[in-house]
Amino acid sequence: MIIPPPAPPSDKAVGVEATGMTMRFGGFTALDHVSVKVPAGSFHALLGENGAGKSTLVKCMMGFYHPTEGQIMVDGREVAIDSPKDASSLGLGMVYQHFTLVASLTGAENLVISRQDVPPIIDWAKERKGLAAFMERMPFKLPLDVPVGELAAGEKQKLEIVKQLYLGRHFLVLDEPTSVLTPGEAQEVLGLVRGMTRAGDLTVLMISHKFHEVTAFADDITVLRKGKFAGSGKVAELDHKAMAAMMIGDQPIAALDSRTGVPADARPILTVRALRAPDRSGLKKISVDGLDVKSGEIVGIAGISGNGQKEFLEVLAGQRARDAGEVMVKGAPYGASRAEARTLNVRFIPEEPLRNACAPKMTVAENMAFRTFDLSATGKPVSWVNMGAIRAYAARLVEQFKVKTASLSSPIAALSGGNVQRAVLARELTGDVDLLIVSNPCFGLDFSAVAEIRARIMKARNAGAAVLLMSEDLDELLELSDRILVMSDGALVYETPIATASVQTIGEHMAGHH
Amino acid sequence: MTDIAASPVLRSPAASAALEWIARRAEGFVIPVGALIVGMALFSMFIALLGKSPLQLYDLMWRGGFGSWFSIQNTLSRAAPLLLAALCVALPARLGLVVIGGEGAIVLGGVAAAAMAVAISGAPSAVGIVLMALAGMLAGGIWIGAVGALRHYRAVNETISSLLMAYIAIALMNHLVEGPLRDPASLNKPSTPLIDPAFVVGPIPGMDVHWGLVVGIVACVMSWVLIEKTRWGFAARIAGGNVRAAQVQGLAVGPLIVGFCALAGAFAGLAGMLEVAAVQGNANGSLAAGYGYSGILVAFLARHNPLAIIPVAILLGGIEASGGLLQRRMDLPDATVQVLQGMIFIVILFSETLYGRFRMFNPDLWKRDV
Repeated sequence: MIIPPPAPPSDKAVGVEATGMTMRFGGFTALDHVSVKVPAGSFHALLGENGAGKSTLVKCMMGFYHPTEGQIMVDGREVAIDSPKDASSLGLGMVYQHFTLVASLTGAENLVISRQDVPPIIDWAKERKGLAAFMERMPFKLPLDVPVGELAAGEKQKLEIVKQLYLGRHFLVLDEPTSVLTPGEAQEVLGLVRGMTRAGDLTVLMISHKFHEVTAFADDITVLRKGKFAGSGKVAELDHKAMAAMMIGDQPIAALDSRTGVPADARPILTVRALRAPDRSGLKKISVDGLDVKSGEIVGIAGISGNGQKEFLEVLAGQRARDAGEVMVKGAPYGASRAEARTLNVRFIPEEPLRNACAPKMTVAENMAFRTFDLSATGKPVSWVNMGAIRAYAARLVEQFKVKTASLSSPIAALSGGNVQRAVLARELTGDVDLLIVSNPCFGLDFSAVAEIRARIMKARNAGAAVLLMSEDLDELLELSDRILVMSDGALVYETPIATASVQTIGEHMAGHH
Repeated sequence: MTDIAASPVLRSPAASAALEWIARRAEGFVIPVGALIVGMALFSMFIALLGKSPLQLYDLMWRGGFGSWFSIQNTLSRAAPLLLAALCVALPARLGLVVIGGEGAIVLGGVAAAAMAVAISGAPSAVGIVLMALAGMLAGGIWIGAVGALRHYRAVNETISSLLMAYIAIALMNHLVEGPLRDPASLNKPSTPLIDPAFVVGPIPGMDVHWGLVVGIVACVMSWVLIEKTRWGFAARIAGGNVRAAQVQGLAVGPLIVGFCALAGAFAGLAGMLEVAAVQGNANGSLAAGYGYSGILVAFLARHNPLAIIPVAILLGGIEASGGLLQRRMDLPDATVQVLQGMIFIVILFSETLYGRFRMFNPDLWKRDV
């Protein structure tokens, strides 16, 4: 029998176990005696809502934070990780949600300069040879000679992972690795990573919100809730419902209104014809030839971020000038002025409401009055602002929309993300709404807030509003939309009614294969 | 967490609401006052290093600024232009703009008022004064309004452009008073002709302080009402708090910015007019006396609140009024008062980083403990 030579130790997957991790920031306990065990060669998923302590836990493991209490063991040996450098020398690495590559350099250049021991003068011929030999052993096939800026998102994500492996790291934390990928790219990248864990080359701890990814690729899960351990188990033995229950505990979840049918003769509310506008780089064009949104329907627009959805929305909201074309609401030309929005009952809810729809330092009451401060109780324009009426109005809406706030005089920035979004929805969904334009309404919100906000949008639709919903979350679009359109390279390239929508086909059009 | 002062347990709702109300407003008062005290303490060290007594200094400062009816009147005279100059900083600041070139609007406002006085010499007194004021306000309004327009429509940094435009304004004034508008009789100090004596703005009855003080106080009160009580002020606060949110609400951000900047410039221009009509009697190089720059300090100390500008301008006016006394009695250089102002300003800028850091001012943090 021939015994194969032992592989060098750095080529083997690394197991990590963290026990009793506690992290306090002043009086606030972000992480309370949490333990997680990730054996060598396993694919472990870390689940939890925003603020559950997932990133605090991995930052402790990576040496960015010094935990108040707790031990970390790497391959069964207790270690002290005081800095990211220590983590790196133990073979621990992290891939962030957003890319950290230098766009103007090639893949090869990015890999070489990321090393700790880059020589002052780089012998590129030698480096290239070394890289070629390294890539031989990788399951990932990547063009290393083109600038990273020209790679597709999936390729960039693969390069980020390859970079970690090139730096000799065999325990990787992946922080929501598929948030910028198409469904097809996500499948491919996670499949390859899983292959490497199966082969015993890599251990993975993945932070994720997407249950279907967890079910398809992970072996085990650990769930955190409010900084505490909330459960763990084998993926094979858990269904989505059980995982959701661990994540949110026993809070009630708002149910969607049942969807009423769209009458065939519903009148079109929003009509866009032959719209042309520059995108933010000024190099490409947004061109929407025709789009109609009818009363009582939700039209979803899917697309990978950076394909012009944001600019299209800015044109509709009057924040970006258009070169040509027309936008009509109920047959009247619409230029997004305050008077037009008011007479035509148009409401706009941008993504990240605290950044785009609120003045963070103004009070909750003032923020809730942004749409109506210049109107009297009877809807007449007034010159004098009545703070008493504004507070009374806000008090009513806070009650109706269950906005949790210490006081109406609190600055709105003091509220949690879900409550900021509730306050904005309260402001925009009160009164008659004929057209509602929404962008990524649930980005970064926790489970119960997401369910409630989706329910509110569905309710507005059922009350007869035309809804244009732009979202980077395909699951959200599939749940809410009556029709789904795909935007790619600034144009609407595909349309399907919800009944025949398939993730596969939508994904292909998002990726530009059409 | 234990913070006895902040524990709301066993407090009636009304009392705790009142406490919240006080706490939310106290921050904007305690921090600037604290900064002022720290700035003065640092200045004491500077004085001690010069081998003089800080105690004597502050004693003299008090007496020079507020110790007698004479010094109070001196202080109030100096406060008058500071009120208007500070509004030129505070109004754009509420829209998120840092405009520091009020000096330019003061200077041009003065020249425009003097030119108007020459043109309408012989008109009735009230007509003359009103037309001079309008000319000064128009010149200042156009100057700072242009800063706002450059900012909004061409994305030119308003801090830099207003500062550079102040230099242009001073050069323009020098050109006009030494050239086309020069009174041939003004030999040593080139000036425009003296204004018609009927146009001179006199003292407030019973005081040796000109009417500019009243004008400045009225302007501050009106500005406060504009910002806090009207739809335009509310819209400006939205745009200043987050311009994207204002655009999403369909508010006309461009006209708001240009309008508030123009109003700010008009107040500074009015300060220039008053310098001509109440102090100098004509326009000359003395218009660039630095009121525009002292106004920056006043506005920042007042946290851009027009009502707070009134006491702060009087305080700063008092410090400036005591300069002569310090020079005579303690043999300190003329620039001493400016060193003090500079130190206070640096501490004020540093204190901006302290907002939101103190639990006692933040009722939103109290409730989490319960």
